[in-house]
This record gives sequence, structure tokens and C-alpha cells, in this order.
Amino acid sequence: MTEGTAPATPVAAPKDAPPASDGPVARILAKLVLPAAAILLALIVGAVIMIASSPLVSGSIDFTLPFRAYAALVTGAVGSPNAIISTLAASTPLILAGLGVGIGFKAGLFNIGAQGQFWMGGLAAAAAGVATAGLPPVAAIPIAVGAGLLGGAAYGFIPGFLKAFTGAHEVVTTIMLNYIAVQILAWAASGPLRGESVSFARTETITTAILPVIVGREGHIGILFAAAMVPLASWLLYRSTLGFEIRTVGANPHAARYAGMRPRFLIILTMSIAGLLAGLAGTTEVLGQLHHIPAAYSTSIGFDAIAVALLGRSSPMGILFAGLLFGAMRAGSGLMQIQAGIPVQMVSVLQAVILFFLAADVIVRAIFRIRGRGIGSSSEMQTITQSYADQTAK
Amino acid sequence: MTTPDLPPAADSGPPLLEMRGITKRYPGVVANDAISLDVRAGEIHALLGENGAGKSTLMNILYGLAVPDEGEILLNGSEVEIDGPNDAIRRGISMVHQHFMLVPVLSVAENILLGEEPMANPLFLDRRDAHVRIRKLGAQFGFEVDPDAKVGSLSVGWQQRVEILKALYRNANILVLDEPTAVLTPQETREIFAVLRQLTKELGTSVIFISHKLYEVLDIADRITVIRRGKVVGSRIPSETDEEDLAQLMVGRDVQLTVDRGESHPAEPVFSVTGLNVSDDRGHPVVRDVSFEVRAGEILGIAGVAGNGQDEMVEALVGLRRVASGGVTLGGRNVTGASPRSLHQQGVGFVPADRHRYGIVLSFPLTDNLALNDYYHPPYARGMVRNDDAILENAERIIGEYDIRTPSATVSAGTLSGGNQQKVVVGREFDGNLTLLVLEQPTRGLDVGSIEFIHRQAIGKRDAGVAVLLVSAELDEVLELSDRVGVMYRGHLVTILDARTTNREEVGLLMATGGRDAAPTAEPVAS
Amino acid sequence: MDVLYDLPFIGYVFQLAGWLIEILPIIAPTIVAAAVPIALGALCGFMNERSGVVNIGIEGMMLTAAFVAWWTASIVAQVVPGDVIGPLGITAPLLIGLLAAVGAAMLVSLVHAWLSISVRADQIISGTIITIFAVGITGYLNLLISQSAPPSAGQFARFEVPEWLVNIPVIGWLFEALFAQGPIGLSLLISVVLLQVLLFRSRWGLRTRAVGEHPEAAETVGIDVIALRYRNVILGGIFAGLAGAYLTIEFGNSFQGEMTNGRGFIALAALIFGRWTPVGAFAAALLFTASDGIQRAVRFGPPEGALGEFLSSIPTQFYSSLPYLITIIVLAGVVGRSVAPAAVGRPFSREKRERRAPPATDADEPAAA
Repeated sequence: MTEGTAPATPVAAPKDAPPASDGPVARILAKLVLPAAAILLALIVGAVIMIASSPLVSGSIDFTLPFRAYAALVTGAVGSPNAIISTLAASTPLILAGLGVGIGFKAGLFNIGAQGQFWMGGLAAAAAGVATAGLPPVAAIPIAVGAGLLGGAAYGFIPGFLKAFTGAHEVVTTIMLNYIAVQILAWAASGPLRGESVSFARTETITTAILPVIVGREGHIGILFAAAMVPLASWLLYRSTLGFEIRTVGANPHAARYAGMRPRFLIILTMSIAGLLAGLAGTTEVLGQLHHIPAAYSTSIGFDAIAVALLGRSSPMGILFAGLLFGAMRAGSGLMQIQAGIPVQMVSVLQAVILFFLAADVIVRAIFRIRGRGIGSSSEMQTITQSYADQTAK
Repeated sequence: MTTPDLPPAADSGPPLLEMRGITKRYPGVVANDAISLDVRAGEIHALLGENGAGKSTLMNILYGLAVPDEGEILLNGSEVEIDGPNDAIRRGISMVHQHFMLVPVLSVAENILLGEEPMANPLFLDRRDAHVRIRKLGAQFGFEVDPDAKVGSLSVGWQQRVEILKALYRNANILVLDEPTAVLTPQETREIFAVLRQLTKELGTSVIFISHKLYEVLDIADRITVIRRGKVVGSRIPSETDEEDLAQLMVGRDVQLTVDRGESHPAEPVFSVTGLNVSDDRGHPVVRDVSFEVRAGEILGIAGVAGNGQDEMVEALVGLRRVASGGVTLGGRNVTGASPRSLHQQGVGFVPADRHRYGIVLSFPLTDNLALNDYYHPPYARGMVRNDDAILENAERIIGEYDIRTPSATVSAGTLSGGNQQKVVVGREFDGNLTLLVLEQPTRGLDVGSIEFIHRQAIGKRDAGVAVLLVSAELDEVLELSDRVGVMYRGHLVTILDARTTNREEVGLLMATGGRDAAPTAEPVAS
Repeated sequence: MDVLYDLPFIGYVFQLAGWLIEILPIIAPTIVAAAVPIALGALCGFMNERSGVVNIGIEGMMLTAAFVAWWTASIVAQVVPGDVIGPLGITAPLLIGLLAAVGAAMLVSLVHAWLSISVRADQIISGTIITIFAVGITGYLNLLISQSAPPSAGQFARFEVPEWLVNIPVIGWLFEALFAQGPIGLSLLISVVLLQVLLFRSRWGLRTRAVGEHPEAAETVGIDVIALRYRNVILGGIFAGLAGAYLTIEFGNSFQGEMTNGRGFIALAALIFGRWTPVGAFAAALLFTASDGIQRAVRFGPPEGALGEFLSSIPTQFYSSLPYLITIIVLAGVVGRSVAPAAVGRPFSREKRERRAPPATDADEPAAA
């Protein structure tokens, strides 16, 4: 990791730069303590919820339920080569979309629209995939993937453009665009793109443009996209001048403007990159897993990506690990439901509780007696974006 | 009631307010170190000290915004504990903050009665009663203001009157004013002083007047207490002291009250502005037909009350705001509407008024802050790739040259003191081959040492043949440094005077009236 | 009339207007019914944002309340008789369910208040956490509960609007649409009017506006900013609670996972479109749901001729997207600009001000003495 030049948190809290005397190992460890503690506490809270709800599962209070549930979760996630591969496959879209959200954070943008960008990327990829059914894979795959990238980027461009030129806050516009994306997808997959041969509203099955499986049953090549994007994003943010510009705009847009950077351009570019990555996430899901896109595509990957970016503190390496963790929970949740009778929704609960403890790090610090930055009780997750009301981008 | 004309020492009985041995520590700094202070009824007591000396902390303690670690506060001889602003107000203490505590979208009346609302019934406000009281108070002190006017639409001078009305409305008998004249013209200052004197005479109000301006303190105060680095270093009665004495007390060593600016040797004009028009964010023209030239080796000062278009003019000149019309040339080349980057490449340096806004990225290390203008070209970058070694080398060089006190070049800028943060900005902007230097209130909020340093650097650049444009609402700074002085008034550059032949009064009058006889400060609604 | 319709092009506008006037009384009740939870959610946002706290967790609060209302009522109904004990079909289980829902939403609001105000976490993150958690926990519990298929406790009844009011010519249908509602729907009408008046006329309203615009100024005149924000955020929870309960014990009588279906986010849009006022937000909610109502009307009884064909040819999804599109357009300032309270999203810190007073740790105070 080459992020020696900036705090990896999305937070613009000036005083939390670690003392320069600490070695790099100590610094990385220090960064891991808080997330690890938050995950541990979340597992405990999850266990309490399971025990409290165990009468609904087995008719009486059952203190062993959490152990069985977590054991099944772990087995389902990493218990066999196939489990590991499905963990990787489940992590892929989370890491990709998480990188998109994280880069947005670095630029001071809160991209709640990863979900919409995910759908639009997936839709574009599916449309291209269906259209290229006559082409050989070597041509069809790049076209479909390229379409997915473009679809996501275009959908990220819109809020970026609106923010840059009208000041409309990206939090609200991206929420609205998410719901518009639902409607666009519903319209396209039940109208012009609807498959003739299938009984319910979805596109035709994609044939030539599907991502080839390289390992196991579902280890498609999209996993490599995620693996490649992590170092690329890291290089972009910390080694390139463009990344410096993005981070400067995020930390102080006025200073960025005076330094000759173009905040409007950078906001639009960053949102487009964020959309591109979320779109790629949608693309890998559609071309790698589903092989079609349904009119009612219910998924929360775009929202989970926000959790991934926050847990990973918007640094690409952090996002890699956070994405793998949440991917593992997602992959293992099926077995947890089958073996322990714990509904898969428990995974969302755990994710929310992890985030809660990260946001309310005062609790975590108190419980584990972690030495903090001292003054007051400010959260690690202080205002990432500029004031919500700061509607006029100059 | 005391007779304010008598020396306050003749007063008998306990003082109205007494603060004894007040100590307040913050991590790494003792803001107040056993400060004692007493204020008698009906006196104007000045608290003199430079920026950061601890005056505001002391007053925040008095106003219940901060809790002292040690010491006690006595009102009318009995000890009290002030538990928040509410309690302070109830005990008759009111405070006018340096940055006005007014809600711009609320009306004058709403601002005044906020927190002290008269109720018509348990649910609804009694607006009529409030209006009557506000009008009556205003009439008594000669400032009638429309209670329904939005505060955001008032001029700075009138906003201050609203602040004073707020205190009067609460029947304050101790009124604290924190640097009240910072934003006023000398004429407005006189008007406010007259109001303060009237208050003490007619109502017996005590005034605590916080300032770092020596002549003002000598003018208005009955007694002066001087604070330096958190400690009381002396008390004076104006008739028994002078500016040199106070300055020595305030800074702790002999200071030159004015920088030795030496002789300037202006050459030919290198920067010229003709017929410049600029609009603000809402599209209203705020800079109107401004023309001037700056010669190499001279400092042109632009004075003016804040909000008369200076900010927008500076922003337009350094490429941060669109030029509506007019021309700007630098060294003969047309730079109208040029970007900040191209101006920088052509030798323009800019020290902004608000360094936290334009000058510095607090969360970034000094290395990145010092490379902010040059990060994109060799040796700091090869193509798109940053060269961290060159960036570090550059930072260490500037840190040495400009005496920036920091543990290392990689700590974040936010950990430095205000003076050192400003040195980071100055170091970056003064570095390299300059043609024009634009300084906008370059010393706001700094201690005397940093001010002297920056002033010396600016004079040094002038002597090196750089054209310097100094824009400041601090009239003293403009008069001290400039060779020629211009005045901005409602977007117009009224006139340009020779600094050797003009004086505070003349410039002040121009700032207040724009050179016309009308007294625009009497209009409640400026914009 | 027909003469006007025959005018070239403009004729379609007249025909559309005529058709709308004709169908409005028919679709009005469904429009109002759909708008109630959105407007209630917007009131929750109003209480938050006017005092300077962003709340994008309304969706989660509503979902939690919807579940708690339904589940509590269902449990109580198995113990306590479901006799009607008051007007508007009030039964003990329903009443207890409603109170539980309101209590639950207030509890979630307390968490939001604590994270946003005391911990000073990013308020958008706090809202996101609430929504993710609500979706997870209600889905989790609902799945477990549904295995035992608990009975429904029914739903509130509608107010019967007096005949003479409904029979007033031209505007009678308006009374029917607005007042023929259960207790929650009626409470919305009262709340909108009450909050609108209180915001501009009461001490609470003045202080709330001050705290949302310039908390530091409010603090210096003795207003406890933190307490007022806490109070308003928690009270705001009441409205999210009512909104959720409306879905499961007034408008409907069952719960499904994620049944709020984005209403909490449309509520946010309505608040913005309504310029942060209760009446404006209610009007915006009506406008938003009217879009869906018109779409249905087009499907079942389109206007005659080319206009009808044109309206029918527009995909239904377009009508559903309209509220979101309109909100974006308003935010972008294309049609008038909506400006948020100035301090929204900015955590207030008393210590910050204290810390600002002394100089930062100094290595270089003027080389004194």
C-alpha cells in the first residue's frame, strides 16, 4: 500500500494523522483495531438477537443457536473450495461497487446511487449481451462488458453533472436516480428487451457474452476484474496527480480551485468513475451469475457497497477486505438458513450493526479501552460530505 | 450610580463584577493563567491583548460558554457560578461576538427576541409587544430599525446595532463587546462609541471592551487591563499611559508600531486593471468599473469596509471569479479571465483572507500543501505520476526558508498554529519568480510576531521589484504598508491617494461615504 | 367545450384539463390514501431538518414501525378481545399496535439523534445504518413469524363524512377524499396545519428555525441547541411511526418485507419539493401520488381520441418515475430553487468553539522577552 500521503479514512479530521514516529506496521495495525472490534461486537449483538428470537425458530430459548448459525455461516463461506469460490464471486460486485463509493468519499461525494448505477450497468450489459448473441465470445464479451461500464458511468455522470453545474446535492439526486433506475429496468426488461421465450418478465438468456468460468462452478472471470481494480484504484488515488486532485477536491474544494484544479470536472469525473465501477459490478453479476436481467431485479449490492466502503475506510485495500468479509457472509448465509434456520436477512442486520459500532466508535473505544484521539466524543465518521445545504457549487 | 467622569478608583463598595484567579487549560496550552479582573458599575473597561492572548476565552468563561478550571466569579460581591449563556443573560451579562451571532433569514425582531420571547399565550409569540419594545429602545439610542427587515439584508454596521439592541432588550448591565470595531469605518466606530458612552451614562451599564487596537482603547476606556499569553500583565488608566507603553505591555517587548517600510522605488506599471466589472454569486454587480495600475516595486493598498466588492474583485483578479467586463493585463499580456493556474505560471502569488478556504488543506501533510500549485509538472510529477521525493524536498526547503515551525514535513497542516499555517501559505505563494503578489487581509487573526514576519516579507518582495496589491479591511495595515491607497466603496474604486500625504480620517471618510456628503450608514438596508 | 377541444394543438391541453377535472373526484381518495404515509414521513423529515439534522433513515423508521404495529396488534389480538371500543374502528389491539409503532419509531429516532447530535457521526451514514438495519431485522423476524402464520388484527375504519358535506356541489368530493380516513390519516391533516402554524408563530418554531439555520447564534442567547435537536428528532419519530402503522393497520392489514418500498425516500423528496414546510410537503406528496393515480385512470378510462392514445402509449413506469424526476429538476433549480436550512447536516459542537478560542499548540509564539 502506498497511501503514506493521506489518512485513509474518508474523514477530514485534521488531528488524526498518526504520529510520524510510528512504523508502518504499527500504523496499519492501529487502523485494523477499530474495525476488528466493531465486527466482534456486531457478532455478539447478532448472537443476542438470535437467542432472543430462538423461540420463533425452535419453540424455546436456545443458547446454542448462534454457535450453530455462525458455524454454518463460516462453513458456507470458506468450508470448502467451492464455498471459497462462491465467497469470491459474491465479493466481486461488493468490492467493485465499494471502490466506486470509496473513490466518491475521497472526493467528498456521498454516492448513494451505487445501486442505480449497478442496475443500469447490468441492464446495458444485458442489452448488449442479448444483441451480440450472434458474435463469438471473444467479440461479444468485450462489447457487453464495455456497454456495462458505459451504462454505469453514464448513470454516475448525471448526478455528477447536476452537482457540478446546479449544486443539486448528490445524496438526494442519487436516491431519486435509484428509483428511476428501477422503473427504467422494469420498463426495458418487460418491454423492448423482454425475452420471447421466457415466461416471466426478463431478457433473453445471454449466451455468447457470458463471463467464462475459470475455476469451480461459479468462479467467473469477473473475480479477476475486482482483483485488478483494487491496485488500480490505489495507484490512481495515491500515486497519480489525478488522484491528488480528487482527494484535494474532497478535502477542500476551494483550495483545489485556487490550485488550478477544476472541481466541476473532477466532481463529474469522479462520479462517472464511481458509476463505472458500480456498473462493472452490475455487469459481473448479470454476465457472470444471472446470464439475464429480470424486470424486477431485487438486490441490495449497491447499498451494501456503502457499508463496504465505510468499513474499508474508503481505502482500496480496506475495501478489498471489507468486500471479502461481506461477500463471505453473503455466500455463507444460505447454509446458515438451511442448517440453523436463521433467515439470510441476519446478514443485513450484522452489516448495519458493524457500521453502527464504527460510527459510534466511542462505545467500542470504551469497551476495548482503545486509546483514541482524545478530545470529545466525535465519531470516526464525521461529515464526509460537505454540508448538505451547501447547494451552490462554484 | 457612579459618575463616570470621576476616576473609578473613587468608587466605593464592591465592584459590579469581579473575576478572581481564573485559570483555563486546554490540551497543551494554558489559555487563562490566574487572571483577575474587576469591573465597576458604569465604567468602560478595556481588555487589551493580541490575538490568542486569552481575551476571548476569559469572556467565554464569563458568558458561561466555557468552564474555568480554577478561580471564581463575583457579581455584586457574591460568588456565582455561571451555568451557560442562559444563566449569564439572566444575571445581566450580554455579549456581542466578533462574528455576529445573528440568524440571517430571521427578521430583526425575531433575532432580538430569540431566547427571550414574549408570549401572547402559552403557545404563540406576542409579536406586537416585541415590536413596540424594539422601536422604543431603538429610538432612545438613535437607531430606528425596521423590526421586520431580514437581518441578512442589513449592512454590517446595522447588524452590530441589532446585536447591541439584543443586549439592551435583555436589560444587560454588563455588556461585553469582542473586537466590535474590526468591521467598522472610523466614523461608524465613533458612532458606536457614542452609543456606548450614552449607555454607561444613562443606564449605568458596564462595558467590557475587547480590542487589540491601542488608540481605540485609549479613546473609549475608563480603565485598561492588558493580557499577554493568558496572564494579566498590567492595568492602566488612559490618562496615565500612551500607545508605546501599552504596546510594550501587550507584546512583552519593544515593538515598532509601524513597520519600517523604507523607501520604495517603483518602476513602470506591470499590472493594470481597466473598467473591471464583477458580479456576486446572485448575479448582482458588486465591482463596478474599477481601474488601477500597480507598478513594479510598489505596494498599492485597497481599503474599504468589508462587503464593498473587495472580495469579489480579488477573486476575479486571481482567476476565481468570472470577469463580467473590463480588462486585466500583467506585464503587457492580457490576462482577463485567466485561470488561477495560468496566472500562477505567469508569476502571480495570492495570499487569501481566509486561509482555511483557499490557502490550505488542513487534512493534508505540509508536503502536499506546499506543492499545491506545482504538483502537476516536473519535477513534482512525471506525466500522471507523482514524485514524492521532489515534493518532500520542496517542502523541506520552504519550511527552512520561511521558518515554519513544525515537527516534520509530513504532519498534517491542521496540527500547526494559525501563524504557522499562514506561513505555509506565504511560503508557497511567495516562492519562485513573482511579478505580482495579491495579499488579501494577509494577517487576519495572527499574533504580532507573525504579523511582523509577513509584513517584512511583503516589503522584501516589494523591494525585489514585485508589484504588490494589498486588499484589507484593516485600515491600519493598509496605511502602514502601502505606497498608494485606494478606497473601495459600493463596488467603485473611489480614489487613489498618496500614502505619505493622507491620513486615517481622510481614508475613513472615503470608506464610509465614498466621498459624497450623504451618510449612507444611516440607511438601515444596504446591500 | 367541444369547440375548445377542436382547436389545433391547444385543443389537447383543454381536453386534458377537462378530462382531469372529470376524473379527479374519482381518483382523489386513492391519491390521498397513497399520499398519507409519504406526507407523514415528510413531517418526520421536517422535524429533523428544520432543526439541522439530515434524516435519510425515514424509510427504515417507517419500515420498523409498520412491522411493530402489525406484529404487536397481532400478538395483542390473541390475548385481548378485538371489540371496537371507540370511533373509527378503534380496538384495543390496534390501539396498542399503534402506540407500539410510534414508540419503536421514537426509539430508532433516539438512536439517530444520539449518533448525529452527541457522537457527531455523519448524519447520512446514520440514516443509512438505520435503513439497512430495519430492512434486515424486519425481514428476519417476519420470516420467522410467518412460519406460524399469526392472525391479522384487522385495521382501523374510515370516518364517515356527513352526507351534506359530500353533497356540496363542485367541491364536495374534496371533503370525501380528505376526511374519509382512519385515525392516522386524520391525524396527518391536523399535524400539517398545526406544525405549519407553530413553525412561524410559536416560540418552539422560532427556536427551531434558529437552531436549524445558525445554532451558534441560538446557543449564545441561551437556547440549548443539543436538547432542542434531540427533542425535535425524537418527536419527529412519532410521524414516522404513524406512517409505518398506517401501512399495516389502517390502509392495509398485513406486513411484507420491505413493504415501505421507497416511501421514506419519496417523503424526503416531498419535503424538499415542499420547501421544508408542512403544508408544502403535504401538497408535494399529493402531487407525487397524483402522478400514479392519473396513470391508473389512463389505463382504465383514457380520454377519447388522439390524446387518449398518446397518454396510453406512455409506459406506466414513466408515471411512476415522475416524482423522482420532478424532485431532481427542482433540486437542480430548473424550476425555482429549494434551499435547505443552512445548518442541515452540520454537527453542532460546543467544544469546538471552546477549542477554537486558544491558539493551537504553539512552537513559535513570538520569541518573547
